[in-house]
Amino acid sequence: MAKVLMKGNEAIGEAAIRAGCKNYFAYPITPQSEVAEYLAKRLPEVDGVFLQGESEVAVGYMIFGAAAAGERVMTTSSSPGVSLMGEAISYIAAAQCPAVFVNIMRGGPGLGGILPSQADYFQATKGGGHGDYRLLVFAPDGVQEAVEMTMKAFTLAEKYRGPVMILGDGLIGQMMEPVEFPDDLMTKPSNKDDWATNGMDTRKSNKRNLVKSLFLDPKELNDNNLALKAKYTQMKKEEILYEGYNTDTEYQVLIVSYGTMSRVCKTSIDMMKQEGIEVGLLRPKTLFPFPEEAVFNASTKDCCKAVISIEMSMGQMVEDVERCVKGQREVDFYGECGGDIPTPEKIIEVIKGLL
Amino acid sequence: MGKAFSTPKSMSDNYTHYCPGCTHGIVHRLVAEAIDELGIRGRTVGIAPVGCAVLAYNYFNCDFQEAAHGRAPAMATGMKRVRPDLIVFTYQGDGDLASIGMGEIIHAANRGEKFTVIFINNAIYGMTGGQMAPTTMPGQRATTAPTGRDTDQTGMPIRMANLLGELVTPGYITRQAVLKPGQVKKAKKAIKKAFEYQVEGKCFSFVEVISTCPTNWGLTPLDSLKWAEDTLLPYYELGDYKVPE
Repeated sequence: MAKVLMKGNEAIGEAAIRAGCKNYFAYPITPQSEVAEYLAKRLPEVDGVFLQGESEVAVGYMIFGAAAAGERVMTTSSSPGVSLMGEAISYIAAAQCPAVFVNIMRGGPGLGGILPSQADYFQATKGGGHGDYRLLVFAPDGVQEAVEMTMKAFTLAEKYRGPVMILGDGLIGQMMEPVEFPDDLMTKPSNKDDWATNGMDTRKSNKRNLVKSLFLDPKELNDNNLALKAKYTQMKKEEILYEGYNTDTEYQVLIVSYGTMSRVCKTSIDMMKQEGIEVGLLRPKTLFPFPEEAVFNASTKDCCKAVISIEMSMGQMVEDVERCVKGQREVDFYGECGGDIPTPEKIIEVIKGLL
Repeated sequence: MGKAFSTPKSMSDNYTHYCPGCTHGIVHRLVAEAIDELGIRGRTVGIAPVGCAVLAYNYFNCDFQEAAHGRAPAMATGMKRVRPDLIVFTYQGDGDLASIGMGEIIHAANRGEKFTVIFINNAIYGMTGGQMAPTTMPGQRATTAPTGRDTDQTGMPIRMANLLGELVTPGYITRQAVLKPGQVKKAKKAIKKAFEYQVEGKCFSFVEVISTCPTNWGLTPLDSLKWAEDTLLPYYELGDYKVPE
């Protein structure tokens, strides 16, 4: 299939349709409103459902209702909006329904700003809503990866019967890049007879289904949490994705960085290479499950003297990096979080300070 | 001679957890009868609220979901939009619908979502133990209004059927009660009508039901019926607030 030039936000919308998701509910928020604008036009062409909800709170539950009925469904939002969806995400995780959430991050906390940021790492990987749940979190570094991860997200949401998040940033949403939509990422919807509340008539067993998250009996609640934990353990075995860049060299410094920030780091690495300085990059493509072993192995190579996490935040992923390095190397951090993306020159200056 | 009275197929055999004298049981039965009579059980999905009826799914025999507090109309919207062939109803109390879920119910009604809402108004929070609701009457005592609802501080009780009846979007909005046998019969008709409108794909349908809460009102079941009759009905007038053309 030929490549087309598309804005990240629009490409994410198209990717959902190509993945067989024809249901989209959302509330406008910068810098991702183009997803809704694109799908408002596009979904009626494929007999899909587009609805602008009255708030992100309500949208979260529209997603829950549609997901509980067993239909593929997606919403997109940005940081403050995702905070409001946190409640629904917790319920959806507890009730074990598949759904796809996209967060095109902007600066925070509070209203923050409308420029790119990576300050929702904690929200996406450690919580957001209440209770013992995790999201499978993809971190694309550009429009093509955003498309592929969005398409895969529907399959994985069904595989694990839970919410999956695409954690992009405002730059990925707003920039245009050539993309293609791989047909082989479209999968057949899974069988939902065992759990979906889509009417008893749809099932041969004529057994009724319940979608719920209330377990007043301590053993039942513990069992539900164990069932969730088992899924997260399986994700750690089967879904970790990462990329090494310049890691086949005798690098002195290892950068850990993801998304837009990692692309700037790659430029810095190429520039330093010309000066004879080797720096490696480990880029997590899934933030949960986190590439723990890969970070440990890359950090503890003999040549590697220092490790640094570079983020468009005040230091969030760095806590996971420290955890994975297990004290074997000093772990530094550099980040900016006002909306300006650190330049390659700035990264070089920071790296040279470590040598 | 055939059986004159039996459990509706849409109800389960479970004993309910509702307090003696509570009218939830009556309304559950009316809903189940309507579902049976319309032959829609196999494509009906109920949505339980947070509140006393959070466990309603234990007493109905059809697919059921449980919502977060106040969010049932948003869940019903999501479900009905992606599966318009399903019959979807929410069953919500006054804390759930008229307080924390006010945004969701107003917008679902205003969009004309084609599902059915059964709204139990007993002027108090039940499950959490008798706190003041937006529907609590002036001077009515509650655990969070120990000297009675002070309307200078908390405003007047919200009349949901009146409020939704003011929306320009077409719908079926009615207020009923289940305090006397005659009212129960009328409430049954209204609930069935509400489901019929949904089956026809006609409009949003909303049945407010004036109910009792003897436990949290601190009254006997019989006194509760009388108190509701004397205090609630003059303020919450029964009748249709909107009917589709």
